[in-house]
Amino acid sequence: MAENFPELTDTRALRSAVDNGFNWVVSNYGEALEVAFLPMLRILSGMEQFLQWLPWYIVLIGLCALTYLATRNWKPAVSVAFMMFLVGLTGIWDAAMATIALMLVATLLAVLLGIPIGVTMSRSDRMQSIALPVLDIMQTMPIFVYLIPFVMLFGPGKIPALLATIVFAIPPVIRLTNLGIRQVDADVIEAVTSFGATPRQRLFTAQMPLAMPTIMAGINQTTMMALSMVVIASMIGAGGLGYQVLQGIQRLEVSRGLFAGLGIVFLAIIFDRIAQAYGRRMQQHPHVES
Amino acid sequence: MSDDSIKIRVENVCKIFGPRAQAVLEQVRAGMSKNEILDKTGHVIGIRDVSLEIRSGETFVIMGLSGSGKSTLIRHINRLIEPTAGRILVDDTDVLEMAAEELHEFRRHKASMVFQRFALLPHKTVLGNVIYGLIIGGKDKDKARELGMKQIELAGLSGFEDHYPAQLSGGMQQRVGLARALATDAEILLMDEAFSALDPLIRNEMQNQLKELQSRLHKTIVFITHDLDEALRLGDRIAILKDGELRQVGSGPDILFSPTDDYVRSFVQDVNRAKVVTIGSIAEPVVCLSEAEASTERCYNLLQERLAVVVMSKGKVKTVINRELAAKPDRIGSVSQGQAYPQATCIKQDMTLEEGFALLAESGGLAIVTDDQSTPIGIVTHRAVLNALAR
Repeated sequence: MAENFPELTDTRALRSAVDNGFNWVVSNYGEALEVAFLPMLRILSGMEQFLQWLPWYIVLIGLCALTYLATRNWKPAVSVAFMMFLVGLTGIWDAAMATIALMLVATLLAVLLGIPIGVTMSRSDRMQSIALPVLDIMQTMPIFVYLIPFVMLFGPGKIPALLATIVFAIPPVIRLTNLGIRQVDADVIEAVTSFGATPRQRLFTAQMPLAMPTIMAGINQTTMMALSMVVIASMIGAGGLGYQVLQGIQRLEVSRGLFAGLGIVFLAIIFDRIAQAYGRRMQQHPHVES
Repeated sequence: MSDDSIKIRVENVCKIFGPRAQAVLEQVRAGMSKNEILDKTGHVIGIRDVSLEIRSGETFVIMGLSGSGKSTLIRHINRLIEPTAGRILVDDTDVLEMAAEELHEFRRHKASMVFQRFALLPHKTVLGNVIYGLIIGGKDKDKARELGMKQIELAGLSGFEDHYPAQLSGGMQQRVGLARALATDAEILLMDEAFSALDPLIRNEMQNQLKELQSRLHKTIVFITHDLDEALRLGDRIAILKDGELRQVGSGPDILFSPTDDYVRSFVQDVNRAKVVTIGSIAEPVVCLSEAEASTERCYNLLQERLAVVVMSKGKVKTVINRELAAKPDRIGSVSQGQAYPQATCIKQDMTLEEGFALLAESGGLAIVTDDQSTPIGIVTHRAVLNALAR
């Protein structure tokens, strides 16, 4: 017979301490935090409304043009048009726009936060040794675990969905910014220093431009991870395609789940194509003029 | 030489690599060897108590094999590496005491560097690279562009200003590196094995270009190399470094003909002397006579003691009479009249033996050495050349 792990401490006390502590934060700072994150909500809602307000053909043409510019090839542009057309045809256009809005805003904020964090990490080994395990935890912790505190703080809605998406999607851009900058040829950095560049000039004239292909790969991964979060985020009120999937499950409507699921796949393909093609072009021409 | 002509003064610099460098310094000062220090403490000695004085306007070559600390030493001058102990004075200002802003200014305007592996910015064009130092230094973009184009032209890179470094050959990339260093008009040029990565033909060309440039600009050049031929060719003075220690400092011939220790001796043993020894240095004095003076009798008497007599005509060398003829006095007359003996070969005194070999071969055993104004200052014989090479 197997022996159970001995009960060395009373875990109930520990758990209730964690829960009570968090409840205390919620009851004392919940409202303040909600006010603090209001601008984010405005950006997200604004973006969503704007995309839904745009006539469908403008969005479709816009995405095709973006694909063509990134790939310089008309074939992917045509397939993008076809996929977006299918999205409209299956009646999930507005949901898709909501999903794109959440993904874009989450990616934008993740990049704006992640690049400076990555840069700081690249400057000190100490920072790196602290940040790497934290990033590992962020990436391996089941996503549902972050949903709990975010929902408790803000209640179900778009803000916790956005924040959870950012937390989930930010690690790649941080990691690859750090890596990209650390991989820049030490000879070049030495040369730049020998000409009297300040640390700031070094960053903007040499490190960032040379790390750009790697940083772009990080942004691409972040975009994909943000998109993969939409189904889960919909459980706490993000709306969009994920909500359609969720409804399909709840109502046992295979068609609804299938169409929304395909819509997510199409969006993933479209944004991956665009971001990857853009990253590849940067690598082919390592001279991104700053 | 007066004190104020010293541009860079390196005083008792020690550099130890490792986490407890200061503590290890005592042991290094106590005289422990490089290997002992490495075994006992895990620290590596980069530079061991080096003091140097580099004069304004000279080309100072620091030479040593890999691991001798030469690249470490040159990086102390612009403080890319900080010493564990010692001082570095440039124009009597201590580089190590400069605050960050002062150091940036020093690097922007006073000392620029050329690197072994070029270290160009791959995302900037040739022009962008050349003006990099100027832009960093806050120079107006149009002005920088103008200065940059001038440097590009001088470097022979016209037409390539919009190319990217990856599109250029190694030699051209290093021209860009040199142009970038010259663009800031710094008084000190630090060249870290600048030509070592180039193939021999291009290296030769770059060396000539540097010599020509130095004769125009009179910069203070600190040149690092592991190639003794290059050191002898470029250096006004040469310092030889081994295991971070200075072994000898002196002019090329000093090092070649009076090495201070066995290491330097073994180092210079294999050098191609023909590339270093100048014709002038082995010339033997000669008597010059005008046509009227060159009587048969006078020539005959002079040739008893000397190897040859040069006969001049209107300030130009007409012919040379050598000892072979002294045995046939009857022919001296006809020779001095310029009838029988062929026109003498003249060689400039600052040519190296190697450059002079072809002329010497033509000369039939004896050539006249002249100065820049083509005035004869001596003669050189095949025998003297062989002696010089055999030394």
